[in-house]
Amino acid sequence: MTAFWFGALSLMLAIYVVLDGFDIGAAILHLFVARSDPERRSVLQAIGPYWDGNEVWLLAAGGVLVFAFPRAYAAAFAGFYLPLMLVLWILIARGMAMEVRSRDTSPLWRSFWDAVLALASVGLAILLGAAFANVIRGVGLAGRWFSTPLFTNFLVSRRPGVLDWYTVLVGIFTAIALAVHGGLFLACKTAEPVASRSREAAVRLLPWQALLAVLVTAATIRVQPVLFGAMLRRPLAWPLEFIAIAAPAYAYAQARRRHDLWAFLASCAFLACMLAAGCAGLYPHLLISRVSPVWDINAGAAAAGSISLLSGLWWWPASFVLVTIYFANLFRQFRGRVATSDDSGHY
Amino acid sequence: MSAVMWDRFQFGFTVTFHYLFPQLTMGLALIIVLFKWLALRHGDPKLNDAARFFARLFGLNFVMGVVTGIPLEFQFGTNWAGFADRSGGVVGMTLAMEGMFAFFAESAFLGLFLFGEERLGQRKHLMSAVMVFAGSWLSGYFIVATNAFMQHPVGYAMMADGRLRLAHPLIYLFNRWAFWEYAHTMSAAVITGAFAVSSVAAWWILSASFPKHGISCLKVVIPLAFAACLLQLFPTGDRQGKLVARYQPGALAGMEGRFKTESNADLIIIGQPDPSRRRLENPIAVPRVLSYLAYGSFGHKVTGLDDVPGADQPDNVVLLYYAYHIMVGLGTLFIAIMGAAAWLLLRRRLESCQPMLWLLMLAFPFPFIATTAGWLSAELGRQPWVVWGVQRTANSASPAVSSGDAAFTSLGFLGLYSVLFVLFLFLLGRELRHGPVERATGREEAQ
Repeated sequence: MTAFWFGALSLMLAIYVVLDGFDIGAAILHLFVARSDPERRSVLQAIGPYWDGNEVWLLAAGGVLVFAFPRAYAAAFAGFYLPLMLVLWILIARGMAMEVRSRDTSPLWRSFWDAVLALASVGLAILLGAAFANVIRGVGLAGRWFSTPLFTNFLVSRRPGVLDWYTVLVGIFTAIALAVHGGLFLACKTAEPVASRSREAAVRLLPWQALLAVLVTAATIRVQPVLFGAMLRRPLAWPLEFIAIAAPAYAYAQARRRHDLWAFLASCAFLACMLAAGCAGLYPHLLISRVSPVWDINAGAAAAGSISLLSGLWWWPASFVLVTIYFANLFRQFRGRVATSDDSGHY
Repeated sequence: MSAVMWDRFQFGFTVTFHYLFPQLTMGLALIIVLFKWLALRHGDPKLNDAARFFARLFGLNFVMGVVTGIPLEFQFGTNWAGFADRSGGVVGMTLAMEGMFAFFAESAFLGLFLFGEERLGQRKHLMSAVMVFAGSWLSGYFIVATNAFMQHPVGYAMMADGRLRLAHPLIYLFNRWAFWEYAHTMSAAVITGAFAVSSVAAWWILSASFPKHGISCLKVVIPLAFAACLLQLFPTGDRQGKLVARYQPGALAGMEGRFKTESNADLIIIGQPDPSRRRLENPIAVPRVLSYLAYGSFGHKVTGLDDVPGADQPDNVVLLYYAYHIMVGLGTLFIAIMGAAAWLLLRRRLESCQPMLWLLMLAFPFPFIATTAGWLSAELGRQPWVVWGVQRTANSASPAVSSGDAAFTSLGFLGLYSVLFVLFLFLLGRELRHGPVERATGREEAQ
């Protein structure tokens, strides 16, 4: 039962990274791949209908975390207090930038919001990567609660800060991986010249993404041996690893051949498998203590009452099917490329 | 200030600011669906223009609601970890369901609704409007159900370590308190939306810019507003009050400003509570009515604050008293305003009655004040409990978050939301300058 909910949560997070990943990535790149105002508007038209729905996956995952593992939610959210508040403020700035940018015609107004959108998206990617890295690395839990300073001396110690060399590395890796992802999405969804520039940006960043993926994997083995040991003992999770290794090479080859959709799908597979492999290695830990395994918060102990979890088996799958239908409908209605000269849209 | 005080200030401020927007979008969603449906049925293009105009306002308010709503979902964990840890196993169900059933429906159809009219065609566009409406009203239910558990906990069991678990999911989900609170909250949202629409419509008529559009809108929203105002008082407000009287006597005493327990209790219309001398100054009251309203009989005893143990009394009786009286006073006023407007509409004299139009144009802020006062009554009345009779507010904050952290983030929210509000007003002004129809201005024609 707790395994099911751990899996459901991992699935929702993987979907979140794949979906919100492309609009965060597109927003990271848009200053470079779209130069004139109509071009920038076409980028926003491409991600505009989706961003809010994509972001809901994060909120819904948070809701499912309270529901299934209230103890872990309480400890983690209070423990990562300041970084989470930063994430919130960045999410607010990002949403506003996206939605108000085209509501005024002044070039200054639009340039300002373009810059806010790009900066907020870079910051969000780094923070989200660092947050996941914190969960993998473990925190200074010694008791029921913990609190993490934003940074200490940037070394991975028994009681590290939210930002240390490892989590910053993962954050930068995340920003690059999402930029590639967003670039490949724009290559599918926008007209020339934005599509070509986006494809080129993704192709240029892909080797760096592959290199960093290797570095992050090596660093993870060093920083959190528990995870690596668990991975070795779980052959079912091995395919995830192999896909994650092969996907960037495949994406690179397809992007160079201008098979944009295949390249984008490979990038989706890469992100989803990286995250799923991390979660598979974590199970059953929700929060790992760097002080002593005694303080680990595990799925079984953190779970809500069994009636709660049983009732969830009734409504969660039903809602998941509904959401799948909504998203399929949304992508079908807005299929095809966005024309650069299109003035009729909302953005 | 202690960490708990900062946490309370922060949640109070962020949730109050946030709720300015959903109450309008939930009301507008219904009105836009009505406009579109009537336009399709009767072929009145003016209502379709109006639906499109209010959809733009809706979009702006919806975005504000989305970005200010995200922090609330986080704050249960960041600032109120004690509450999330103990009660999360119960309230997590509605929080998770809100995400899965409501937020997705709203967000996936909002894009289609806002800029898919040409792609979709009229019927599918109406469908997407209905989905946004359904999603936002469903979202309202899940949040009210969560709040209803905090006001009147049912369907739970306590575990050995003091944490709560769900024992009867359906009893929790269909809490009787939730039913009346939801009905009361949603008719308030309809009032907010209808007042906003009639304000714009009255402005169109008075400024002679789009008088025909204005009249078409008023014909739809005035009857709706009048019905919602009546529902607000009876049965929904009445039943809510009776539930409070029955289950939260301390809260009722604070709302009504009663320090002493009495049978044949008077209903205070106006007066200033003086908590230090335990009495109400300058009261104007209706004799014996409170006993009847709260318990259905004139002789029934109404508990005063003096008979509630000190530790269980609401800690801000003065604000609670005023919030409640402002809500009730304004609610009564709304019935009068919309009743008069409906009567004039029936006599076909509304569009020529200048004072009434001025009143409608200027009245739009008051529903926002009334709903804010209503939430203040509900939440201040619940103190000192976060879950009534089960968990105290004092033991609900995050133990590991210092008052310095909570103060820092509170100030951050204050600053950020001030900027957001200025931005919102600027954009609102821009949207209002657009009319419901695009028209070429004389100057452009001259050139």
